[in-house]
Amino acid sequence: MNEFIKPTVEYFELWPLLVVFGVACLGVVVEAFAPRSARYVAQVLLALGGLGAALVGVVLIARDSEVYADGAARGVLAMSGTIAVDGPTLFIWGLVLVLAIAGTMLFAERHLDGGVSAFAGQAAALPGTEAEREASTRGLDHTEVYPLLMFAVFGMMLFPAANDLLTMFVGLEVLSLPLYLLTGLARRRRLLSQEAALKYFLLGAFSSGFFLYGVALVYGYAGSMQFAAINEAVRNDTANQSLLLIGIGMLSVGLFFKVGAAPFQAWTPDVYQGAPTPVTAFMAAGTKVAAFGAMLRLFYVAFGADRWSWQPMMWVIAILTMLVGAVLAVTQTDIKRLLAYSSVAHTGFLLTGVLGVQQTSALADGELTALQAVLFYLATYGFATLGAFAVVSLVRDSGGEATALSRWAGLGKESPIVAGVFAFFLLAMAGIPLTSGFVGKLAVFSVALAAGAWPVVIAAVVASVIAAFLYIRVIKAMYFDEPVGEGPTVAYPSVLTATTIALGAAVTLMLGILPGPLLDLAALAGEFIR
Amino acid sequence: MTNEYIVLSAILFTIGCVGVLTRRNAIVVFMCVELMLNACNLALVTFAKQHGNLDGQIAAFFVMVVAAAEVVIGLAIIMTIFRTRRSASVDDASLLKY
Repeated sequence: MNEFIKPTVEYFELWPLLVVFGVACLGVVVEAFAPRSARYVAQVLLALGGLGAALVGVVLIARDSEVYADGAARGVLAMSGTIAVDGPTLFIWGLVLVLAIAGTMLFAERHLDGGVSAFAGQAAALPGTEAEREASTRGLDHTEVYPLLMFAVFGMMLFPAANDLLTMFVGLEVLSLPLYLLTGLARRRRLLSQEAALKYFLLGAFSSGFFLYGVALVYGYAGSMQFAAINEAVRNDTANQSLLLIGIGMLSVGLFFKVGAAPFQAWTPDVYQGAPTPVTAFMAAGTKVAAFGAMLRLFYVAFGADRWSWQPMMWVIAILTMLVGAVLAVTQTDIKRLLAYSSVAHTGFLLTGVLGVQQTSALADGELTALQAVLFYLATYGFATLGAFAVVSLVRDSGGEATALSRWAGLGKESPIVAGVFAFFLLAMAGIPLTSGFVGKLAVFSVALAAGAWPVVIAAVVASVIAAFLYIRVIKAMYFDEPVGEGPTVAYPSVLTATTIALGAAVTLMLGILPGPLLDLAALAGEFIR
Repeated sequence: MTNEYIVLSAILFTIGCVGVLTRRNAIVVFMCVELMLNACNLALVTFAKQHGNLDGQIAAFFVMVVAAAEVVIGLAIIMTIFRTRRSASVDDASLLKY
């Protein structure tokens, strides 16, 4: 039996993780002891403060990070090698934290719906009953959403940093469980919201079952959960190949579900439509960033030597995802479902990037590795999506948000600014030059081409054209169609939502005109610690 | 001799998987998910025995904790749906489609 080794905790490197987790726990305590009137302010300040402190920590760690043993990567292995705080991890942490700050501001928005948030006043009160009306007249509000958000952020930070299979599984669950609950907490259209939560939960639990069986099989193959040891086994051990292959397949099911890749995309539109829009905005951006970080680490570090086994699968999934996402998006009549299918198509574009060249040594100077291209694309996608869903929360009618596409007709006349910003986000998603989407697409397509995945790139270009048609259709509806009946109204947001939308638009524009600094930052992130 | 346990865990996993896909009551679907997780535990413990290290056994404990947390959240969600609709059938919850 192995001797017990006392683990050391690298407090400095783990500071962002610890502070987010600590603030989440503190939020639970506030919920238990603070008077109801003080909770909203306390929770929002606590969440924003915690996320800010974590972000400062990320910057400090990144500034101080030193070259790791083998020279290709920078950073440290923390907690006895279970958490890798390396360049890509820090990039993703920073991205998730900025998106979470914006998400918190959307959560805290109370101007749009007459002084209350987008969350149910009392989730336990049945829809349409006296109890629900009473909760709403008393102006009750579930401030538990902030600790839940912080737990989800903690999961999103742990998931891509995990350097062994068990930590990765725990990260996956910590990220998912709060999101299941948040999905079911909408103030309006509660039946839809609860149904979305049920579907998300059952399918999510099903897919994490697959992920876990994959963990067990790969552990059975390699005899260790550590990625480095698995990589060692993949290089040297040719026995039990079937265990490894089935294991990779099952792990992929869990990850593909989380990123919403076809054929595991079925939950995406339902959940995006049913969840409260602030949750959708945060979830669409944050989950994808975290899950792609984890996917890259798992496939590049643990299974990098077995590339020829999983790349054909990834080719097929990427092509399928892009085409399914783009084609089904065209048929949608609800703006949130439409954005959901468009995010499925973006998953496909990101998978195209995952297929690219992994090693810096295989490239000429100035060429991107797949990792850098995907990290950059995640940033462009995250901000555009967050901004787009934030705009969706502004367009309303008497029944709350007007999400039917037909209700958006004539928005350009009603509010040229809101329609203009939304059109800008759509153009960014379509990948029009001078927006971040163009540079992002160029980056992932070129790394995939450099790795010889040209059939996937052709499919990606076709999917881009189909998707562009769809985005243009929405823009046409906003500017050139006559409004049906009264037409949509645009609620006047508080500074919180306005800041979020401005941030999304500014980043999207900046990355389109001046992508250099962020590309440099992605290049500085270097490689994973192997 | 550990092979039999792996086969058993694969059978349990398959039963759980088929159950999720065919049963209509959300509670039963959820029970089948739990069966899948327990099949994973059996596989983890068996492989730990086979490799002679403790990683798998420790993982099994983590899985139990995660499964317990999942029960809390899952039952809360299923209960809200049941109270609203007076039914826990996954076929009845069909407002969101296409």
